[in-house]
Amino acid sequence: MAVRIVFLGRLADLAGASERELAAPLDWLGLLAGLEGELASAVSDAKVRLAVNGALLPDKAVLAASEGDEVALLPPVSGG
Amino acid sequence: MKQVSLLEQAFSPGEVIERFTASHPDAGGIVSFTGQVRASDGCEALELSHYAPLTLPGMDALAEEALSRWALEGVMVLHRSGTMLPGETIVLVAAAARHRRDAFLAADFLMDHLKSDAWFWKREKRDDRWHWIEPRETDYSDLARWK
Repeated sequence: MAVRIVFLGRLADLAGASERELAAPLDWLGLLAGLEGELASAVSDAKVRLAVNGALLPDKAVLAASEGDEVALLPPVSGG
Repeated sequence: MKQVSLLEQAFSPGEVIERFTASHPDAGGIVSFTGQVRASDGCEALELSHYAPLTLPGMDALAEEALSRWALEGVMVLHRSGTMLPGETIVLVAAAARHRRDAFLAADFLMDHLKSDAWFWKREKRDDRWHWIEPRETDYSDLARWK
């Protein structure tokens, strides 16, 4: 078991997949450290939101994911 | 009555609006809006992705807010996800009210929020390549109308 990371929108293109796993426990800095350069910089954009098990986090810095949790990385929605 | 759905398959908006209308005999007016994939600008296809744990609950909360803000007999919010071709329906909202003003306002409110504040990511295929659609300034000013 690990933490499941779900990439939405253009982040899925950058990640090359819609999801991957990272080792638990996982905080915000650990998440960034687990992603490669361009993807990590896109994810660190202030407009990207995080949800843990379907609940939005008020602040990315409070991320504290454990085994079996699902963390979604949500870029701004498209509008148009 | 509240009807909120996320659909993976194409649907015919006319039939859905007829059924919605028939189920609201006490409404004096029904306003509906249908959004479809534009055939212009070289668009070959539109793909909408969503995140199940957030998208449908968000649409449902939006419909609830419309019901609480205006005197409505009923509200309907249907949204597609997946790949759509030009001319296919992307979104259908309808509001039924005793008096027309509430129905117009509720439909307008629902569309502004579905466009800019619902969990959908869109990309468009042009010249055989996919391009992500970014938020526009007008999307945010449209939302600010309802604060």
